Amino acid sequence: MIKQTLRSMLDRTQVYDFMVPSVADELDLSHGTILYLEGITVSFDGFKAIDDLNLYIDAGELRCIIGPNGAGKTTMMDVITGKTKPDAGSAWFGQRMNLLRMSEAEIAVAGIGRKFQKPTVFENHTVFENLELAMSSNKNVFPTLFASLSSEQCDHIDEVLGIIGLNEQVKKEAGFLSHGQKQWLEIGMLLVQKAELLLVDEPVAGMTHQEMDRTAELLRTLAGTQSVVVVEHDMDFVRSLESPVTVLHQGHVLAEGSMEDIQNDQRVIDVYLGGH
Amino acid sequence: MFIMRILKNDPGGQILMSLLLIALLVVPVLNLVVPESSALHLSTYSVTLLGKYLTYALLAVAVDLVWGYLGILSLGHAAFFALGGYAMGMYLMRQIGDRGVYGNPVLPDFMVFLNYTELPWFWQGFDMFWLATIMIVLVPGVLAYVFGWLAFRSRVTGVYLSIITQALTYALMLAFFRNEMGFGGNNGLTDFKDLLGFDLHADSTRIGLFIASALALGFGYLVCRAIVKSKLGRVAVAIRDAEDRTRFIGYRVEYVKLALFTFSAALAGIAGALYVPQVGIINPGEFSPLNSIEVVIWVAVGGRGTLYGAAAGAVLVNYAKTYFTGAFPEVWLFALGALFVLSTLYLPKGLVGVLKRQRASS
Repeated sequence: MIKQTLRSMLDRTQVYDFMVPSVADELDLSHGTILYLEGITVSFDGFKAIDDLNLYIDAGELRCIIGPNGAGKTTMMDVITGKTKPDAGSAWFGQRMNLLRMSEAEIAVAGIGRKFQKPTVFENHTVFENLELAMSSNKNVFPTLFASLSSEQCDHIDEVLGIIGLNEQVKKEAGFLSHGQKQWLEIGMLLVQKAELLLVDEPVAGMTHQEMDRTAELLRTLAGTQSVVVVEHDMDFVRSLESPVTVLHQGHVLAEGSMEDIQNDQRVIDVYLGGH
Repeated sequence: MFIMRILKNDPGGQILMSLLLIALLVVPVLNLVVPESSALHLSTYSVTLLGKYLTYALLAVAVDLVWGYLGILSLGHAAFFALGGYAMGMYLMRQIGDRGVYGNPVLPDFMVFLNYTELPWFWQGFDMFWLATIMIVLVPGVLAYVFGWLAFRSRVTGVYLSIITQALTYALMLAFFRNEMGFGGNNGLTDFKDLLGFDLHADSTRIGLFIASALALGFGYLVCRAIVKSKLGRVAVAIRDAEDRTRFIGYRVEYVKLALFTFSAALAGIAGALYVPQVGIINPGEFSPLNSIEVVIWVAVGGRGTLYGAAAGAVLVNYAKTYFTGAFPEVWLFALGALFVLSTLYLPKGLVGVLKRQRASS
């Protein structure tokens, strides 16, 4: 017994947990993986919304997550962004940031941006102001009180406006935008936030086909510089993203692979078409 | 120059500032220079009434800052107003000195009456104006800070927060009614003689208080306007409209709320401190929950989320109150209730909203 403990202490392939600082200042991507979720379990009154979930996202990757209703997709997003604390498991952002010890605001500042299912832009603010508020900066009370935009920041906002195609609506109040435009504005807000990891929940719900195509294009261009995780129901849209797909079912990963593999996977077919 | 920049693109604020400026110039002249026999003479009673309205207007601006821009419906702001008032009242009590009924040079009359042998510790130093001035801001500010820290950190929002602010002011009212608290029980503090050596009953002092109230309103409005115009103001509106979203883009929502709520409470304290020497009394009735609700009605009638609308609403509703309570005393409460219901139903944006719509259509 003692011998075993000693041996495990001498085993230098692993760093002791207590020696790892829980919250680092900078995102460490030295191993090429931006998000680690290991053994995450969340239960609400005994119902396991997420059950022993393991998920790894590479830096620069575009990943789709699909699954039937109640598969735990939104709960997973809640865990990553700090809204829900899991009962068990670990969640790391890069090598050195322990997401479970960070508040929602800290996680957002660290570089995880979330687009909600229902578009929530600030309706009484103009498109420009929405981007200004989201922009990465010192977000404490007093710096915010005396903040003014530098020309670099204005340029950055202009650049993002170009990417999301809302140049002409810049002075419009966000409440007057169309549904699709609101979704793009939200993605733009994630971009100015300098999020390294974008969590995008149902980006094309309620969009026209044209808008869907533009959104797919937008997300594809973002991947590479940012990591993007898309949760979506619309299979045509997922196919058009041409990205690896993870299937969630009853709180854990059922299958992972390209869209073609997934479509031919018997377990996935059972979940979506028959049984359960 | 700086003021001009704050008031740019704020026509309502420009009008409010101009009116204040005119009042500052005209009221003293009409009261002090124009002879009493003239029809243009403004009685000291009216000057004091106007001064009182201005302190109410400042309170309304403070409420509008947290309600109109941050979405916190505080139904307990009159508590901060009353605390500022009590701090001023304590200073004024100490100024009476041995001119009280019992002639005790240190103890105020009510303490002699209640057999106090020495001044309670929290009355120490209130004979100094500077200390009283600090307390006027500090006491409401600290209470708001502690209250807000507990409430906002636990993410109490909406109607629940409104209810506990009501409970706060009600609890304070019950506490101040007790003689053992050392604030004069249900009689409160009154019989003030002078302020900084000026006789409170003199016309010139009344004018001075009116000017101080007008300046405080102007200053309070400008600072609130500057906050609302800043990025922090835009963050506040973002919190009002979508609190969770604001949190997810990285703002510490509870700190923003705490900062603005505390500032607003301090502003309410200043308003209360200017109110007390003009009305000549402060008693626990000022903590009554109804008072806080009335403030919210002023803001709703004027138009919330504009600041100047709140000030206008406070003056108009109180003018109506003065008129009604004089002409038909029993009708006033019904009129107030009807006003709230009607303005919520037909004037969701208050009088300011009506004016804006008329201007837009013409």
